[in-house]
Amino acid sequence: MTNGPEVLVESRGLAKRYGSTTAVDGIDLTVRAGEVFGLLGPNGAGKTTSVLMLLGLSEPDTGTIEVCGLDPSRNPLAVKRQVGYLPDTVGFYEQLTGRQNLRYTAQLNELPPDMAEARIDDLLIQVGLAAAADRPVGGYSRGMRQRLGLADALVKDPRVVILDEPMVGIDPEGVLEIQGLIARLAREDGRAVLLTSHMLHQVQQLCDRMAIFVDGRVLAEGSAAELAAALADGRSVLEVVAASGREPIHAALAAGQADDSVVDVRLVGADRWRISVPAARAVDVLPALVRAGIDVREVRDLGSDLDEIYHRYFADSREVA
Amino acid sequence: MTTHAESRPIQWTRRRPGWAVVARKEFADHLRSARFVAMLFLLGLVAVSSVYAAAQALRDVAPATAGLSGMFLRLFTVQADPVPFSFLTFVGFLAPILGIALAFDAVNGERAQGTLPRLVSQPIHRDDVVNGKFVAALAVVGLIMLVVALVVAGLGIILLGIVPTVAEVTRLVVWLAAAIVYVGVWLAFATLCSVWLRRASTSAMVAIGLWLVLALFGALFAQLAADVLSPVDPTDPATALANARNEITLSRLSPVVLYEETATALLNPEVRSLGFVTLDQIDRAIVSELSLSQSLLLVWPQLVGLVAATVVIFAAAYVLFMRQEVRA
Repeated sequence: MTNGPEVLVESRGLAKRYGSTTAVDGIDLTVRAGEVFGLLGPNGAGKTTSVLMLLGLSEPDTGTIEVCGLDPSRNPLAVKRQVGYLPDTVGFYEQLTGRQNLRYTAQLNELPPDMAEARIDDLLIQVGLAAAADRPVGGYSRGMRQRLGLADALVKDPRVVILDEPMVGIDPEGVLEIQGLIARLAREDGRAVLLTSHMLHQVQQLCDRMAIFVDGRVLAEGSAAELAAALADGRSVLEVVAASGREPIHAALAAGQADDSVVDVRLVGADRWRISVPAARAVDVLPALVRAGIDVREVRDLGSDLDEIYHRYFADSREVA
Repeated sequence: MTTHAESRPIQWTRRRPGWAVVARKEFADHLRSARFVAMLFLLGLVAVSSVYAAAQALRDVAPATAGLSGMFLRLFTVQADPVPFSFLTFVGFLAPILGIALAFDAVNGERAQGTLPRLVSQPIHRDDVVNGKFVAALAVVGLIMLVVALVVAGLGIILLGIVPTVAEVTRLVVWLAAAIVYVGVWLAFATLCSVWLRRASTSAMVAIGLWLVLALFGALFAQLAADVLSPVDPTDPATALANARNEITLSRLSPVVLYEETATALLNPEVRSLGFVTLDQIDRAIVSELSLSQSLLLVWPQLVGLVAATVVIFAAAYVLFMRQEVRA
């Protein structure tokens, strides 16, 4: 993989421990210019710790990092000049206006004042805050702060943009807008975008590549289709709406199986069951339930749904923990 | 975006170091804050009332003291009813509040607002944050003290009709510098608290607590410790001497005492010793005034002590901040 767009973020074997707990356990990441890369995982998976290490704000115990060809722990200033960062809980100086907050960031980045003003105006329009720009941030809503944070990360015109949970607190309509903005950052401006999220469906279409990140490890990496293929593990998941208890359903499906643990039945809503069976047996589920006299109203195959795989992995990791 | 990664017109010229950008913003924030106005008002009110009372008292005795030098400085050192303290004592007592008010939430405030991760992800060194904040707060302290001293001096000139001599003005300027360093000690301590303690209210409480203890009970502690270290034997005068020496030495561990001694010697040219003086030593001594250089020589150890305390406490805050995780 020597050709293709320039690699702007690269980590090898990155690990970090806090006392006896391992926050990040050997991760390899590559993000290229013009690409949106998603780091997906539940809260506490080590996403923010990884991001802080990429920024040089936290020292890795082992492993190497290169951002724009530089080591963040040796050249922190050079790296931070080229990396825009939106922290997971972004905060602003409450008594200053949105514009003043951005201006401070511009000054810290030594942007020439006239250029900074033009850029700030442009960014405030892009994130939809032009009207509120001269009001103190103290009166901003959660979503407005998140938008301002996005503008703040872009003030320095970074080559690499790191967004920690960029969609949190943004209303559903705003999410589409922000998704469009993030996509433009990569596709039109040629920046490398690395974002973290625990909401798969919000970033599934947005990311060119994703890594599923659980307990400090990357479980799988690739495009949505590649992930689905990699994580399918020969099982099918179906959602069944049936007025019945767990036991009758389980008994109907496990009948004739040597090991009844191959069938997993879980209640996910009113009369709504999520059933996991070996892929080869998926077609037998409906006949088996009908044979058992269970009143089935709906069956839906979730087999290739990444969301389902993602939930299953997260559920598994929680059970182990 | 208007600018693209390919065409990067930005010239990365280092025009202003990171700490200076932080300091400028913090200075502007302080000047806009209610805290600044409140401190200026409080210190101004106290200073004006104490100097006004002193001026009234001095006017009453003016005919008898006509021509006596150092009259102007007495405005700052004389206590007169109904105000319970002299200007000097007031500043010694209230200046720490100024330092604490400007720094108790310096770092934990950034944490609470969630601005710290954003700030340290900009291309500045991490120490630029604490350094810039300290410099800005010290500049604000200097501004407040200068304004208060000018108002008080102006008031004194109007009330007494005496124009200060060059020597008196010089002594005032040196005293002002010493007072700013003294506030710096408290500024550094409040900064340390703000790095160490996560809640601004706890940080303010600890800083104010130490100030009250040192200001109100410092002398008591020094006396108790001296009595333990060198008990006085009523039959042996040497033990009383040792006890008194120990008490003075121990009390000088407190910046409050260091400042009081410095200010007393700087604003009272007649003060010739700050330590232990026996009756023999002052017997038939001629009352005369020290030159500024001699007064400075007298308080040099105290001044160095104040500067050292500021440096050591700030260094502790600095090291602690550098070792902390950004997100904690």
